[in-house]
Amino acid sequence: MSENRLSNRKPETGAFFQRDREWHPQGYTPWYKTSVLRSPQKALLSLDNTISEITGPVFGHNILGELDHDLIHNFAKPGESAIGPRIIVYGRVLDERGKGVPGALLEFWQANAGGRYRHKKEGYIAPLDPNFGGCGRTITDEDGGYAFRTIQPGPYPWPNGPNDWRPAHIHFSVFGHGFAQRLITQMYFEGDPLIPLCPIVKTINDPVAISDLTAVLDMGATKPMDSRAYKFDIVLRGRRSTLFENRMEGN
Amino acid sequence: MVQSLNRLKESASQTAGPYVHIGLTPNFAEIGGVYPEDLGTQMAGEKAKGERIVITGHIFDGTGTPLKDALVEIWQADADGLYNSPSETRGSADPNFSGWGRCPTDMTSGEFRFETIKPGRVPFKDGRMMAPHVTFWIVARGINIGLQTRMYFGDEEAANAEDPVLARIEHRVRVPTLIADKVDGGYRFDIHLQGEKETVFFDI
Repeated sequence: MSENRLSNRKPETGAFFQRDREWHPQGYTPWYKTSVLRSPQKALLSLDNTISEITGPVFGHNILGELDHDLIHNFAKPGESAIGPRIIVYGRVLDERGKGVPGALLEFWQANAGGRYRHKKEGYIAPLDPNFGGCGRTITDEDGGYAFRTIQPGPYPWPNGPNDWRPAHIHFSVFGHGFAQRLITQMYFEGDPLIPLCPIVKTINDPVAISDLTAVLDMGATKPMDSRAYKFDIVLRGRRSTLFENRMEGN
Repeated sequence: MVQSLNRLKESASQTAGPYVHIGLTPNFAEIGGVYPEDLGTQMAGEKAKGERIVITGHIFDGTGTPLKDALVEIWQADADGLYNSPSETRGSADPNFSGWGRCPTDMTSGEFRFETIKPGRVPFKDGRMMAPHVTFWIVARGINIGLQTRMYFGDEEAANAEDPVLARIEHRVRVPTLIADKVDGGYRFDIHLQGEKETVFFDI
């Protein structure tokens, strides 16, 4: 795991900026029905980060297979590929100070072009694509950059309201350098009219926070006659300056 | 007008949804052949130092029903109290112990299970030693932002009594929600998302 220590730069050891929990969704959002019984009712206990949260696992490139960042091919039979609009999703993982986060493990999962997930608990009538699994992963480069290739997922109906549909979306799981940065979110697509209707999107109060989860079409990064491109940057918690802070024991 | 701090906002969290397994534990989701194994399945290699333990538990919703679609990750120090992380500055952790584990709750029983080692003690910011603990992060359908908590060990009464984090819990009746029961072969740590037995969750 740690054999791939990145670059010569000194690892940062400061605590992270406090999370803005009014910007993030609240736990209890009754229009997203499952949250009702799965949200704590008591206040969270606030604590400054300790070494248990400042540290976190870092993953080496040795975990990556050749096709891990190519969902069009990583489940497909030899010579075949997944059906659907071919896209490249690219961007950077930054922290709140605007610094690129190198070595961040990104994992993503999604439905196929018809909105069908490859999961045994899923019973939507749209068929599975025999050449599409729906999972991928990559690790950001020295500048925090990443890219992967996939097909654009379809919208998907779900039993919340009697006629609720998720917008097209890709789920992202992100590791930074500290366990306190751990984040799961969803990427939406520019111009999708389902975005403002979605109860899960609406767990977020601030429209700017929603725009920040909406990828933008980038014709400049498309591969002509092959794939369109969407840009999606992800921001993780930044680290505080330790200038006037007591150093931790042994630091 | 004043100058700008030039800070970005953290990407807002969204629920992991019911199909989190597709992305994070595809082999468990029966999507074979993409990754050789699911990440975080094995925490301790054969040569890992320390006492081997198994941590099991359930996550209950507000009706007492176990979640069968949750995903749990844990992060902990090695037997000597060192983290396997580039941000660990006090020394080098046991190379045979990753410190990080990931486990979906069973689709039938709702149980999670980690085969790990008992962590050593690590210091609080002021140098006081914290009691041995494991950091938990829980995501699932219906959970809009990952829940952070800690598991302490029921057989570490003296260390728990002087732990600076446990000491911060104003309502002392809630302290036991963070303490795992010693059982045959390891520890049992049940998590209650809401209600009378609600686990203490952290904003950290």
